[in-house]
Amino acid sequence: MAEPRKTPLYAMHIKYGGKVIDFGGWALPVQYGAGIIQEHRTTREKAGLFDVSHMGEFRVTGQDPLGFIQRFTVNDIAKGAIGRCIYSPMCYPTGGVVDDLIVYRLGEKEYLIVVNAANIDKDWAWMSEVLKGFPGTNMVNESATTAELALQGPKAVAILQSLTKTDLLDIKYYHCLDNVTVAGRKTLVSRTGYTGEDGFEVFSAPADAEAIWEAIMAAGKPHGLIPVGLGARDTLRFEACMPLYGQELDAERTPLEAGLGRFVSFDKGDFIGRAALLGQNEKGLERKLVGIEMVGRGIPRHNYRVLDAEGAEDIGYVSTGSYCPSLERNLGLAYVPAAVAEEGRKVCVSIRDKAVEAVIVKVPFYKRQRPTKA
Amino acid sequence: MSAVSFPKDFKYTKTHEWIKVTGKTARVGLTNYAQDQLGEVVFVEMPEVGRTVKAGDIFGVVESVKAVSDSYSPAGGKVTKVNDKLSDSPELINQDPHGEGWLFEMELGDQAEADLANLMDQPAYERFQAEAGEH
Repeated sequence: MAEPRKTPLYAMHIKYGGKVIDFGGWALPVQYGAGIIQEHRTTREKAGLFDVSHMGEFRVTGQDPLGFIQRFTVNDIAKGAIGRCIYSPMCYPTGGVVDDLIVYRLGEKEYLIVVNAANIDKDWAWMSEVLKGFPGTNMVNESATTAELALQGPKAVAILQSLTKTDLLDIKYYHCLDNVTVAGRKTLVSRTGYTGEDGFEVFSAPADAEAIWEAIMAAGKPHGLIPVGLGARDTLRFEACMPLYGQELDAERTPLEAGLGRFVSFDKGDFIGRAALLGQNEKGLERKLVGIEMVGRGIPRHNYRVLDAEGAEDIGYVSTGSYCPSLERNLGLAYVPAAVAEEGRKVCVSIRDKAVEAVIVKVPFYKRQRPTKA
Repeated sequence: MSAVSFPKDFKYTKTHEWIKVTGKTARVGLTNYAQDQLGEVVFVEMPEVGRTVKAGDIFGVVESVKAVSDSYSPAGGKVTKVNDKLSDSPELINQDPHGEGWLFEMELGDQAEADLANLMDQPAYERFQAEAGEH
């Protein structure tokens, strides 16, 4: 097996006691010394710092970047003024999902697309095919030359603000600002994240990443900031019911089934997957993603089967399941037939060949309080 | 890894369980190495009292946030008691794996002597887990 790739922040993972694993070809910490539960709770209550440099970044410029991006996204990118970030699934003609991504509008005709690490090559190939229909529009893969870290949690604003003269409150939720000087280094800052908390993602040159990380760690110390690994990153996004590609989303599931209908804009004109999604929308969904909570003892896990209330018939599967550190409940996201997808409905989860009782519950499991409109 | 030492009067399995024998009965748990590898334990599935297990049988499951791990009985016998505290406080396995975090007690079976002879003593396990930790 090939040696896993190191991010520009690898030395920081070692320095801060990260338990480094091979995560889809990347050497990244599953946790640091505090452990997954503490890292999760600290992010919710104070702040957490994450290395997300493995994520992919494609820059699109030239003649018609908007037309090009509109073609492979399902959300309406045209509604984004400069400085907006827009989330969108990217679909196959079947409506199945290639990946989910965020489009950053950096200029009149300049966009940055942030994609999942595991899908960089697949996405690049897919988008490059689409790009053939847009002569004069260019796309550059900047994944290897971009470091990214995420500062998340209620103290994120205070911490990052102490390192920049830019007024961060001017960067609203799902907005971004380029050329922000953070700790003396040039960065792109966005008010985005994958935890369900307020916070920022900071993009920089790889050579600047360590200095930015250390400056944030130092500035965050009085606020209780700790570094957070992939384990808590997953439980945080899961509690907030943010989808993960490969679990909630894949080539077999559509954004409509995944409950992402609000990110599908049928009005924006034609796009790849539109006909299939429109057909599914008109026909009605056969299957839906729901939240489940265990009633019996057990933790639902990825790919466990979901059974009917009697524990007899196989009706679906768990896409993600976990003990939830902030809620202290054993919860899951599961695909079930639309006919049973209603709150309060009893189902069972097959755990080690035993039917364990569960109930369909509301999503998202966790939603942060928004004390100030910032 | 925290500096918890492995008790000298325990025997150890290659799957990182320990057993402490007192006459015809024994207490079983996970080693400090096992709990460290697993991370924070959030769920424990115990054997039923009265169940008969053979050495090497899966007697239960221990789950951390990210991992599901089967536990194997170090010796054959009949389960006489389980550690009820673990259903509400599974973290005892992390906090005190060789003490308060024990899993179950058993009455040793007829094969016990042979079963125990297959296990590692403390110095052997100390080396074994040190080598395992390097991979």
